[in-house]
Amino acid sequence: MIAANPQTGRQRPPAPPRTWTNTRILGHVLMVLWAVSGASLVYYLSSNVASPFVAKYWPDFVSGFLVTLEIVGLSLLFGLLLSIPVAAARASKWKIFSRPAYAYVYFFRGTPLLAQTFLIYYGAGSFRAELEAVGLWPLFREAYFCVIFAFSLNTAAYQAEILRGSIQNVSKGQWEGAAALGLSKPVTFFKVILPQALMVALRPYGNEIILMIKGSAIASIVTIYDLMGETRRAYSRSYDFQAYIWAAVAYLMIVETLRRVWDRIEAHLTKHLVR
Amino acid sequence: MNEALTLLSFGEQGWGDTIAFGVLVTVSLAIATLPFGLVLGFLIALAKNSSEPSLKLAANIYTTIFRGLPELLTLFLVYFGVQIGIQQGLKLIGVETYVEVNSFVAGMVALSLVFSSYASEAFLSAFRGIPQGQYEGGYALGLSRYKTMTLIIFPQLIRLALPALGNLWLILLKETSLVSVIGLPDLVREAGIAARVTKEPFLFFGIACLIYLVLAMISSTGLVRIERWSKRGETAR
Repeated sequence: MIAANPQTGRQRPPAPPRTWTNTRILGHVLMVLWAVSGASLVYYLSSNVASPFVAKYWPDFVSGFLVTLEIVGLSLLFGLLLSIPVAAARASKWKIFSRPAYAYVYFFRGTPLLAQTFLIYYGAGSFRAELEAVGLWPLFREAYFCVIFAFSLNTAAYQAEILRGSIQNVSKGQWEGAAALGLSKPVTFFKVILPQALMVALRPYGNEIILMIKGSAIASIVTIYDLMGETRRAYSRSYDFQAYIWAAVAYLMIVETLRRVWDRIEAHLTKHLVR
Repeated sequence: MNEALTLLSFGEQGWGDTIAFGVLVTVSLAIATLPFGLVLGFLIALAKNSSEPSLKLAANIYTTIFRGLPELLTLFLVYFGVQIGIQQGLKLIGVETYVEVNSFVAGMVALSLVFSSYASEAFLSAFRGIPQGQYEGGYALGLSRYKTMTLIIFPQLIRLALPALGNLWLILLKETSLVSVIGLPDLVREAGIAARVTKEPFLFFGIACLIYLVLAMISSTGLVRIERWSKRGETAR
């Protein structure tokens, strides 16, 4: 027991004085640098809010933002639907199912999204006759469709791995416990295993959404006017670098907001797991 | 089939040598980025791991920015930003010229920024896996802070961080493809040129994808070896 300080009556000894160590100086210098660059960014952007550039391209940026959201939303949705059979096949005991599913996942996780998009968008041209024969050519001629197709296939591979990993990570005792209670396999899966698995999968799913938002910038390379595409068009017309700065601010805000919201959701849903 | 093989052969009629050159550019860009990304990432992890709040915050701002921006946008920001920055700088001293930044260097810088912010997270979680007693033991032996770091902490840190860093390497290898957009003749760009000239896009982009897969496979085997090497001390126990 530490005696109370007779002057202040406090129980604890006073904290040691904070001296100016090298780390502290470095930290403050770096923070000053960040503050200066942040302030100049805000100054630069606020002095340009009323500029002709913003007046001219603002509607384009908004429509680009909506296109980005659309591409990401649709791809994630289709990817989710496709990932369920892929994950099931991947976890299957039968090799005729698990081998192709593994090859699919390996291919889409091992190659760049850009190359996959090119493979589908430009590569579809190699099969024009066949695609015309089955009436799919009008779809594959559209860059928009090809981008959503490529992104969905890509994210399905990642989502399948998340789903499979989280389900297989639920301990075997959960299955045994449910069986001991006389629950059937489907009931066990949907009422016992899946809820626990999805809790674990929340974080990787959030990361996948963020990866998809960032990856969707690639759509701009195949003539889609998403946020990145509008940015590039605005830059190539005006040679004004603020196009990229506005885009950077927009992307950062989207990703940061989503990350924070997702953290909140996760914290809310896993409240009972905190010990 | 024969036609495809002729197109892919080396020499006069084939595109084999062009594609091979593209592979060389892709691999050398990834390898050139790696040391910068690793060193920068390690320094940022040190900053994040320090007890000084201002240093932590500064490092966290860095990672928030470069993990939040799309890699493609980071690349454009570096490529055009540096170009404009240099031109403005030259204008100040009275020289009006057009400066073009080397796309290889721009790609290296942009990819290093992205890689380092992810690598710092890998190093940071490795730091958290090392018990405080390791530092205290080092200080008790009279080692300086620097010596404790290099002799005691760092060798253990590498072992803990290797799996995550291996994943980051595979991601880096794939991200180099973005540099084709600013004109670096890497694998994707060369495949694109070949596809346009021969009108066989599926063949060439398919080959490009397969080459990326092969590169990933080679890297995985290499990484397994490195991991085994890093754990050579553990098996003796």
